[in-house]
Amino acid sequence: MLSLWLNVLASGILLGLVYGLVALGLTIIFGVMRVVNFAHGEMVVFGVYIGYWAVRLCNVPIIVAAAIAAVLMFFFGYLLEASIVKRFVNRPHHYQFIVFIGLSLLFSGVLLVAFGPDPRPTASELSFSTVSLGFVTLDLARLQAAITAGLLIALLGVYLRFSSFGRALRAAADNRLGGLVVGLNIPRVYAVTFGIGAACAGVAGALISPLFDAQPYLAVDFTLLAFVTVIVGGLGSFSGALLGGLVIGVAEAIAALMFTPSLKTALPYALLIIILIFRPRGFFGAKEI
Amino acid sequence: MLDGALLSIDGLSVAYDGSIALNGVSLQIRKGELICVVGANGAGKTSLIRSISGIVRSSSGVVKMNGANITGLPSWEICERGIAQVAEGRQIFGSLSVEENLLLGGSLKRAKAHQLETLEFVYQLFDRLRERRRQLAGTLSGGEQQMLAIGRAIMSKPEIVMFDEPSIGLSPALTDVMFGVVESLHKQGITVLLVEQNVAKSLALSDRGYVLENGSIVLHGSSHELLNNSEIQRAYLGM
Repeated sequence: MLSLWLNVLASGILLGLVYGLVALGLTIIFGVMRVVNFAHGEMVVFGVYIGYWAVRLCNVPIIVAAAIAAVLMFFFGYLLEASIVKRFVNRPHHYQFIVFIGLSLLFSGVLLVAFGPDPRPTASELSFSTVSLGFVTLDLARLQAAITAGLLIALLGVYLRFSSFGRALRAAADNRLGGLVVGLNIPRVYAVTFGIGAACAGVAGALISPLFDAQPYLAVDFTLLAFVTVIVGGLGSFSGALLGGLVIGVAEAIAALMFTPSLKTALPYALLIIILIFRPRGFFGAKEI
Repeated sequence: MLDGALLSIDGLSVAYDGSIALNGVSLQIRKGELICVVGANGAGKTSLIRSISGIVRSSSGVVKMNGANITGLPSWEICERGIAQVAEGRQIFGSLSVEENLLLGGSLKRAKAHQLETLEFVYQLFDRLRERRRQLAGTLSGGEQQMLAIGRAIMSKPEIVMFDEPSIGLSPALTDVMFGVVESLHKQGITVLLVEQNVAKSLALSDRGYVLENGSIVLHGSSHELLNNSEIQRAYLGM
């Protein structure tokens, strides 16, 4: 029994790290630009498809597929910001909501037309391998996804903290007018920020492609999941996104074990409501990217 | 027109949603001058600075720096031309450290190569900032934040610094310190455009002055003339 619990806990934590990466993308975009990317789930699903096709067509390892997803999704995000999103950054929130919901529907539609509604399992060898560490047996795809996501989160944290672009990004998040005063190229900072956010989502998607079948409808779940994660952690907070991801990952796993797998998706929302009652701004509800 | 003006502004107008904030303002600053633009709240002082620096779009008029037309350039390119500002409300980055704030001021191409020397210069000027360089800028006192905003402007190795009401919100003692800092920067060869509500102190410090009312320049002349102008004495100096 103990070993079952440990296994569930471990697999929840592993998936939670990937959720953390997804949420980090959303929270960075929000923290800097104050826009809410309702098409974030679609960007995760783009990543899942990139993983699927990279493995299918080129038979590359998932890590390579994730790197491809990072590059492609960075440029996708950058161009999307520079062409469409930037025109709405300074508009009222309800304008932005419509734009992002529109984009999300558009992306889902494109996926549906291109690949059809049927789930496509990536089914690499990795999907069926496990590794045993004494008490717990972990599946290899999940372990690899979690380690990669964890490393990327750490790398991104170091980059934002110590690089000169990271400094500019944090400055733009802190005070946009101040950024203009010191001569920051704010439009460029915004486009790169959106690119980084989209890349986080895309990489996470590619990493979980051995675990989730590629399917257009997956996007809604991921958008909601990213929101819950970010809100639990505190909107705009870097560490909040990571913590939120872990909490949600573990909550999902425990819900499936204790009650029924059907409750798996409901429990995070129950948790969200409870946390928001007691901590209305999440765990780290502040600006601290 | 003045010969060899460093910064020259001709007929600059700014409108927000149809209401006019700045109406055909013209002024010139020679290299090495300290001039002031004085006026009451809402006279258009901040609009003047923000339109020169490209943060706010002007609806008409021409801004030239060193003879080159810079009207309509984005703010970061105008900063590269050597125009820095100490903005209204300081606009520092509160969640970043003092040193990070300064380094951001020095991240322009024109300043990057000398970043560390300039940082040392700023720390010599403001010992307080050196002591608190690891501290978050948001935890500084009002006066220290103003020093930081000035230091951040100096970090860009500017040819001209525009001060937007540096004395606002400061105690009389700190106000004197602040004007002293402006004066000493000017003595080190930096051209200064000082925009202020504190008419007496600004005129006492500057070579020439302009009086801004309802978005238009209504008077200009040497500071000495303006200080002795009966209208100014009545309207701004309470004499």
